[in-house]
Amino acid sequence: MTDDHVYLTLSEAGPEPEGEARWAYGTGFADPLLGVDTALPDGVEGADLAAYCQMLGDDALVLSQRLIEWCTRAPELEEEVALANLGLDLLGQARRLLTRAGQADGSGRTEDDFAYWREDHEFRNVRLVEAPNGDFAHTVARILAFATARQALYQRLVQHADPVLAAVAAAGVKELAYHREWAQEWLLRLGDGTPYSHERMQAGLDAVWPLLDELFTPHPVELRLGTDPAALREPVLALLSDDIAEATLTVPDAAPLAYVGGRAGRDGVHTEALGPLLAELQVVARAHPGATW
Amino acid sequence: MVTTTTRAWEAAAAVTDPELPMLTLADLGVLAGVEESGGAVTAWLTPTYSGCPAVAEMAADVDARLRAAGYTDVTVRLRLDPPWSTDLISAEGRRKLAEAGIAPPTAGGLLQLGPTRRVVSCPQCGSTDTEELSRFGSTACKALWRCRSCREPFDRIKEI
Repeated sequence: MTDDHVYLTLSEAGPEPEGEARWAYGTGFADPLLGVDTALPDGVEGADLAAYCQMLGDDALVLSQRLIEWCTRAPELEEEVALANLGLDLLGQARRLLTRAGQADGSGRTEDDFAYWREDHEFRNVRLVEAPNGDFAHTVARILAFATARQALYQRLVQHADPVLAAVAAAGVKELAYHREWAQEWLLRLGDGTPYSHERMQAGLDAVWPLLDELFTPHPVELRLGTDPAALREPVLALLSDDIAEATLTVPDAAPLAYVGGRAGRDGVHTEALGPLLAELQVVARAHPGATW
Repeated sequence: MVTTTTRAWEAAAAVTDPELPMLTLADLGVLAGVEESGGAVTAWLTPTYSGCPAVAEMAADVDARLRAAGYTDVTVRLRLDPPWSTDLISAEGRRKLAEAGIAPPTAGGLLQLGPTRRVVSCPQCGSTDTEELSRFGSTACKALWRCRSCREPFDRIKEI
């Protein structure tokens, strides 16, 4: 047995939990909920839990894909590594949530079924995460808003009746603390920097602000599950307002992006930005259906 | 569930982390338990970060090591609750990290996050005159630091 070189350990014989599809380090995509008890708790409707896990999982998956777009394009190597790390955390959360969705609705769909084989109108993410990256300040503003809201949500979900959702939240809340801290530091550095960096950071906040409202607007599924996000609005906006004031910036006074016939991202009604993002995300899986790697 | 200090535990506990090969999964606190019942063995792993890509390798290695130890009925399962914390890294694990040039985390997990200045000693020369270059590094669990005394950059396991 050789454990002192990562690639040599691959040659160790032995069946994997999910078969022998591993040809290089990191390519064994084991079930992210391997062996976790999948029973549904009493009083939780499986279809609702599945829909909710898709909402949160799609938020994380789509934002992860946007963050990965920064690879090779970030202003500094350290920030490129940071953005990729944030994306990796979100991807891990998405994998667990989408896997849970396929268990909860009884369909047995895998994370790949959800990620690669749904159309844009079947995605249930908020429109905040699908908007194009814009410049670096736009990305800082979006991460600040998303991480603050998601951390507040996960802090509540650790008490949720579904033990799997609660466990995903308990791990995620700690990761999001680092995401929020990263965004806070850049907000301060750019907002309280030069007049030009201040202007660009303010423009980032202004662009993101109309998209926040959807995070706090309850969907019927959320109301039935007892996870009304409206309760997050005040505490999250208070945190963001403090950050923005400290960075000598101004809380934007912007109207929320309108719903379309009362529907938005949680109902599968998206902006035109989502389709091209999914095309890139899904193209390899769709070109080679059933392939393993 | 009872964590048994049996031969099965010892076999699973000897598996090393694919990205931090100086540490065993037991040192790292990832091995959450090994249960042996009538010849069947179940090993429980708690992943470090949600997106840690090494989990599949760890599960496969634990499975292979237990089979090599003579067990034929082996199951590897993940335990997500309670979540992993750097506080689970053993004293032995911290010593091995420092020896390998990686600054170990301080105790207290995320409580340290915020404006509090952490005192981080350089794992090469021991100086406390160090600075963080990037909170995000080569793997999800590491930050990149530099020693102002000996000028060496070094990795540091960040608290979570």
